[in-house]
Amino acid sequence: MPLTPTATDPLLQVRDLRVSFRLDEGTVRAVDGVSFDVFPGQVVGIVGESGCGKSVTMRAILQLIDPPGRITAGEILYRRDSNPIDLVRLPARGRLMRDLRGAEIALIPQEPMAAFSPVHTVGEQIIEAIMLHERASRAQARAKTIELFRDVGISMAESRVDAYSWQLSGGLRQRAMIAMALSCKPRLLIADEPTTAIDVTTQAQILALLRELQRKYDTAIIFITHDLGVIAQMANYVVVMYLGRIMEEGPVDEIFHAPKHPYTKALLRSIPSLHSETRTPLPVIAGTLPHPFNRPPGCPFHPRCEDIIAGRCASAVPALHALGPRRAVSCFLHSDAVDPA
Amino acid sequence: MTAPLLDVRGLRKFFPIAKGMFRKVVGHVRAVDDVSFTVQEGETLGLVGESGCGKTTTARCILRAIDPTDGQVLYRTRDGSIVDLAPMAARDLGPLRKEIQMIFQDPFGSLNPRMTLFDNVGEPLLVHGMRNRRERMDRVAELLRLVGLRPEFMHRFPHAFSGGQRQRIGIARALATNPRLVVADEPVSALDVSVQAQVLNLLLELQSRLRLTFLFVAHDLSVVRHICDRVAVMYVGQLVELAPTDAVFSRPRHPYTAALMRAVPIPDPRAPGGDAILRGEVPSPASPPSGCYFHPRCIYAQDRCRQEAPALQEVTPGHFSRCHFAGELELTMAA
Repeated sequence: MPLTPTATDPLLQVRDLRVSFRLDEGTVRAVDGVSFDVFPGQVVGIVGESGCGKSVTMRAILQLIDPPGRITAGEILYRRDSNPIDLVRLPARGRLMRDLRGAEIALIPQEPMAAFSPVHTVGEQIIEAIMLHERASRAQARAKTIELFRDVGISMAESRVDAYSWQLSGGLRQRAMIAMALSCKPRLLIADEPTTAIDVTTQAQILALLRELQRKYDTAIIFITHDLGVIAQMANYVVVMYLGRIMEEGPVDEIFHAPKHPYTKALLRSIPSLHSETRTPLPVIAGTLPHPFNRPPGCPFHPRCEDIIAGRCASAVPALHALGPRRAVSCFLHSDAVDPA
Repeated sequence: MTAPLLDVRGLRKFFPIAKGMFRKVVGHVRAVDDVSFTVQEGETLGLVGESGCGKTTTARCILRAIDPTDGQVLYRTRDGSIVDLAPMAARDLGPLRKEIQMIFQDPFGSLNPRMTLFDNVGEPLLVHGMRNRRERMDRVAELLRLVGLRPEFMHRFPHAFSGGQRQRIGIARALATNPRLVVADEPVSALDVSVQAQVLNLLLELQSRLRLTFLFVAHDLSVVRHICDRVAVMYVGQLVELAPTDAVFSRPRHPYTAALMRAVPIPDPRAPGGDAILRGEVPSPASPPSGCYFHPRCIYAQDRCRQEAPALQEVTPGHFSRCHFAGELELTMAA
């Protein structure tokens, strides 16, 4: 999918978002100055390994950060009509946030098994969401649910509506979850590793379904994954995160074919591919992901970086520097800008 | 040529389905249904398939963590004699367990959180009769060095380590008794990308240093391609293809293998993606379809496939496929 530059305003603008968790052992800065835009109808992929803050960022957008976590700084501007609303300023349990959540901004979680209640039928849970947000009657909501099930490729939709989540296979469960997320025609869909718990052939089906629905409804999607293959097939625009910070962002083709940040380059080199040479050592990223309490000072990636600049990377945090209208990197190899915070 | 280290013949594992008040057996889940393969010493055989295909059950039968329903698991012991593990009593298996060890998938669940690394890694040594604590400490230190961890870590608890480090600890424990055959069940699938490569490299290195033989159970084809000499593909409890890695990936001989490869998303946005998708779902091993188990999803299916179950046939030397048309189909991994 080529990147289509849109003249329209971004649907969502995340500006210098910071989220920390105050624990007995210390403060974990899970998200540490993250900024990116999501345009209508675009798929933004967020890639990163565990602890990079990708899921916390998404929970912040939905205002679902539970104590001891707290948004300490930043803005999340959501454009509902002409003037944007800052979601950070909205009370998490307030009326407006509850109206947005599920209806305009929907989530497809990673584990559909854990996301559905096992004591209510799958259909009942979707019917409830539709009745809540669209003031439809039960019969209307049920008819709509059956229609949605057909849309997401669930066969025998009339009977599957009355199934419990544990009676469905992993693939069907995830399809039902997608039906639920789409039930109120959201403008922004957040998919948090929607296919990680699923087999490859089912994953291919689910990804194709998401692409098709995205085209049909022109929904903007934030797609979170650690799988670079999935990102390459799904996203128009990619944000690469590491330890709560954005290392690099840009159009998908540039991230894969002209990466700027040493972390992105190393990550791309280290994945075994179907075409790689058998039984030869893979290039690796040295060292391990630091423990969240032991965040390195300076650039978070510097202890593992091959291109470290002595005396620079360990002492100052590089700012996310714009290289073009839709291209940014935070690395002293490309810009001397220092993060002020 | 010497006998293979492991020779699995006609392995079956059926789980009974019980119903009603008297738990009457109404059917069987044919989790593993007539699986045969060999593993040569020093070789890595990949056992691949989607969830429910029987790959883990096969591995567990070989380890005798569960009892096979039928078939032979012939193992060549250190002294050269060949024993059948399948019918063996637990008592007789004891000494052989030293030679066959396992690496688990979940590095967070497979180590005892209340035991230090010394106790976790040293436990198999104690079980197999190394009573002297000093000796055990020396061996654990050696093992930790072997997997790239500092011996001083010995007295720490698992919670202090990351996923990749824990997987190294699990590998150290598996190697404690100097095994000859190591069964690795999805050893890298729970790890982050940057750490996955490190652990794969470690396994390759250890294999050449210690002359280990691996049975590598995995669902990730790119990982399998990277580490295995030969690949066995399973579908609904049966082997559908068995061949050297390069042969499988350059010219798959079973439509399921080809579909499985095409389903792997390619990490390149310029790659054509995702239009030739395998339809439908994996059938239940309790009530598999007639004929070839794959026919309801196969784009090449003919009448014969619906009626007649294909046998595993040797298409080219060393390349086996369970497809009636294995010799005729022009399959590639590209769509």
